Amino acid sequence: MSSDDTNDKQGPDLGRRRMLIGATSALSAVGVGFVAVPFIKSWMPSARAKAVGAPVEVDLRTIKLDQIVKVMWRGQTIGIMNRSPKTLERVAGHNDQLSDPDSAIVEQQPDFAVNEFRSLKPEWLIVNMHCTHLGCIPQVLPEPGAYAWESDWPGGFFCPCHKSKFDLSGRVFKGVPAPTNLIIPPYSFLDSNTLIIGVSGAA
Amino acid sequence: MAKPASNTKKRANELFNWFDKRLPISDFWEAHLAGYYAPKNFNFWYFFGGLAMLVLVIQLVTGIFLTMHYKPSADEAFASVEYIMRDVDWGWLIRYLHTTGASAFFVVVYLHMFRGVMYGSYRKPRELIWIFGMIIYVLLMAEAFMGYVLPWGQMSYWGAQVIISLFGAVPKFGGLITEWIRGDYFISDATLNRFFALHVAAVPIMLLLLVVLHLSALHQVGSNNPDGIEIKEHKDADGIPLDGIPFHPYYTVKDIFGVGVFLFIFAFIIFFSPELGGLFLEHDNFVPADAMVTPIHIKPVWYFTPFYAILRAIPDKLAGVITMFSAIIMLFLLPWLDRSPVKSMRYKGWINKFLIILFAVTFVRLGMLGMGDGTIAQTYEARVWTFIYFAFFALLWFFSKHEKTKPVPERVTK
Repeated sequence: MSSDDTNDKQGPDLGRRRMLIGATSALSAVGVGFVAVPFIKSWMPSARAKAVGAPVEVDLRTIKLDQIVKVMWRGQTIGIMNRSPKTLERVAGHNDQLSDPDSAIVEQQPDFAVNEFRSLKPEWLIVNMHCTHLGCIPQVLPEPGAYAWESDWPGGFFCPCHKSKFDLSGRVFKGVPAPTNLIIPPYSFLDSNTLIIGVSGAA
Repeated sequence: MAKPASNTKKRANELFNWFDKRLPISDFWEAHLAGYYAPKNFNFWYFFGGLAMLVLVIQLVTGIFLTMHYKPSADEAFASVEYIMRDVDWGWLIRYLHTTGASAFFVVVYLHMFRGVMYGSYRKPRELIWIFGMIIYVLLMAEAFMGYVLPWGQMSYWGAQVIISLFGAVPKFGGLITEWIRGDYFISDATLNRFFALHVAAVPIMLLLLVVLHLSALHQVGSNNPDGIEIKEHKDADGIPLDGIPFHPYYTVKDIFGVGVFLFIFAFIIFFSPELGGLFLEHDNFVPADAMVTPIHIKPVWYFTPFYAILRAIPDKLAGVITMFSAIIMLFLLPWLDRSPVKSMRYKGWINKFLIILFAVTFVRLGMLGMGDGTIAQTYEARVWTFIYFAFFALLWFFSKHEKTKPVPERVTK
């Protein structure tokens, strides 16, 4: 009662009111921030999705020379190509036409694949087939020659969606929409005939 | 015989009054319909706001009925849509109403927006109406995109792949953001399930709220008109605009006529060509989603193609994404880019008239290029039109201020 009386005489204490409004608002904002975290985090891959994303084993004995076999790993199409010596020759000699010939961009491959063949063993190309532009699957056209979009195709990967071009090591050509080389996933060889995708290892 | 009739009328009146004292029914009627004075010179272009509301209702009603049979899971979605089409009584009609409604929504919204550009309806004091409208447009694009993913066909899957990877262009956090949107390492059941939730609950609620804000802001300042002059500046002794007529019954009657014509065309498409040759429903979307096979030509539905053409025209991912989003942001800025002393294109000079027409042509041509296969010739042409698209805003900013305009009439013209 007595405090009401003082208010009546002097009017409300505006500074005190502003301080209380400010403190309440600030604390509420912090609370909303904390409550938002579980909702935002609920959108991340669930424990089940993470479990399904476990490593995949591939038997290499069935893959013929210059054949590319596609397997799924974490919902991504991974191409496994058994490159012949002739194909490996076509990887060289056009570095000036490539955006990143030395695989300098770190996130695009594990350390072991920073070489011109972008692989652990030169003949085996293990590559994430999704175009680094917008995720389409490029066609594999290893034979050089004249095609509808290019009279002097060096052989490589050609994305039908937006005409991005990659060489037979998955390195991107200049002047196409794709910004970077195709991604090399982490992988290792369990023995000379068995590949495991998802576990990074040295040769 | 007359007595019982008047008794019934009296009772009905009492009943109405009972409600009216407890709910502002007649106040609302007066403020927004019978007592809302709109300029008397509305023309053809003023049909489309009301039609957009009609299509919103169609989408809500048909959408609710579709959720009763649709299964938002990667394993069942495609089959459940086919189940609706083949086994559910009248399911085909409800689904085609919804798919055709989506395209109809963009038709009427694009015409509605172009009306605003022509007559300067975004100019002071109607900037907020335009901003709310633009937010509705952006929400509508999100709603349409997520809705297109739900049937889980090839175009659903690969369209989602392309659109979500746009966010991967964000430096450093791109990977984390796309993983967060997808809820997995790839487009999966988790993605479909959350898009369903957003499509049927979150975005529609936001859309309804924005429509309320759009109309509240409109009724606060009053409608613009083809002459771009303020009817509130000339009022009679009772404070009623001399050039205004009550929205109800004059414009309700006009709009009902427009609704009739619209429904005639709408029904014709639904019954005779619901896919409209692949324009409203793409052929590839009648094939179930397959993560191992990318369709040869991934292209969005027609209403996204102008922006898609801009994206494809830029030979760099991040720059392409930024340019595409800028193309939308520029539209938000129109109220401040147009500095002309007159609102309506009727009284602007020939340069500005030409610019408005050029902009419409640009938008349509970009849309056509966005539907194409993206050949080299098309890419170069798209670059030219992309340049013109952005040049429009710069030229508008410059010429609107410095151009000679025609005198604006005091009162609306016939």
